[in-house]
Amino acid sequence: MIDVDLKVTQNKITALIGPSGCGKSTLLRVFNRMNDLIDGVRVTGNVKVGGEEILGEGTDLIALRKKVGMVFQRPNPFPLSIYENVVYGLRIHGVKDKKALDKAFERSLSSVLLFDELKDMQNDNALTLSLEQQQRLCIARLLSVVPDVLLMDEPCSALDPLATMRIEELMIELKKQYSIVIVTHNMQQAARISDDCGYMLLGELVEFGETKQIFTTPGDKRTEDYITGRFG
Amino acid sequence: MFSDGREHFQRELQRLNDLILKMGAMVEKSIYNSVEALKKNNPKLAKEVVGTDDAIDKVELEIDELCLELLATQQPMAVDLRFITTGMRVGSDLERIGDLSVDIAQRAVELSEQPLLKPLIDIPKMAELAEKMVHKALDSFVKRDANLARSLWEDEAKADSYRDLVTDELTGIMSKDASTTSRALPLILIARHLERIADHATNVAEDVVYMVEGKVIKHGPK
Repeated sequence: MIDVDLKVTQNKITALIGPSGCGKSTLLRVFNRMNDLIDGVRVTGNVKVGGEEILGEGTDLIALRKKVGMVFQRPNPFPLSIYENVVYGLRIHGVKDKKALDKAFERSLSSVLLFDELKDMQNDNALTLSLEQQQRLCIARLLSVVPDVLLMDEPCSALDPLATMRIEELMIELKKQYSIVIVTHNMQQAARISDDCGYMLLGELVEFGETKQIFTTPGDKRTEDYITGRFG
Repeated sequence: MFSDGREHFQRELQRLNDLILKMGAMVEKSIYNSVEALKKNNPKLAKEVVGTDDAIDKVELEIDELCLELLATQQPMAVDLRFITTGMRVGSDLERIGDLSVDIAQRAVELSEQPLLKPLIDIPKMAELAEKMVHKALDSFVKRDANLARSLWEDEAKADSYRDLVTDELTGIMSKDASTTSRALPLILIARHLERIADHATNVAEDVVYMVEGKVIKHGPK
């Protein structure tokens, strides 16, 4: 990472765009310390989430990942029931009270607009759902532990255009309560849904600003070349 | 009014629609007041028209910015694309109408300093027609009604004849008595401004036909 300095604003969607291998997913994984899983990784700099430095050794990673949840490219529900998928995080964090779990189940699933659809089949295996439903379920699984930030790494790339549109609408709805960072190689998607946008190239954050500015009057020639399709 | 799905985008299109209507209402008021100021010999009202032009320009910039943003970020297609590009053009026509009303208001201030050359008959009628045309053009835009838009062609011809009538009459007066020039010329200009307003309203109507039917009808047989 070179010269990365950005602020993810509360209740906004921040998108990271750039060609493959530019480091956007790596940057995303900085925010919940997922890069720690890579052997020999070296991290310098400062990252604050809600005012707290998260790169320090004393950081409680479990608490951090509760606060900063992540959705991946391919929906990855656990091979458990729909209900157990949603309340999984709460169980891990020691919640046993059935009423509390039920409440979180309804709240989380409602937030991703799946509750009415799935409430009568909550004991079915989550893997029987459509890809879009699975992705929504994975988002609901994060919401059950009430995070502050949602990290999304290409959340629509396994979905068809209609499902993509619906997930995009969901993200715009979710930003009222959460701050969202999305990595996407679909530049149009970033343009459509994000409020702020960063363009990365070879590990460098070339430009970061309001999405409408980036897509109408980019300040850096490299950004302009990328978004006009002259490069990448 | 707009298709289902992409709610956020639909809301933005609705916002564009509302901005255009807001601007339309502002320029309609400007036309009306500029001619009222002339009729009632009320320079204060005329100056008010001049004063509101900045606010009209500001809405035009807002419309431009929103259209540009939607084009850049939302990949509008087909009817949405036509709506947004039409929105930009309508904004620019309305802005010109606003400017022309300011021109009329300025002439009204000039004329207020001396007695009217003759009672105003055709100019108020022409102003009413121009104002009606702007209203109708915007109505056709809101209702996506190409037939209503087409009804402006007839009005435009009427506006042209009013302008000719006023110009002929006043040049007649001037040629008989050159001392009337300073009072006649501003009235000729006002008739010209009103006719230009009617033209801009017609442009809006042509854009509406394009937006609704996808047919380009300007510069050719309608």
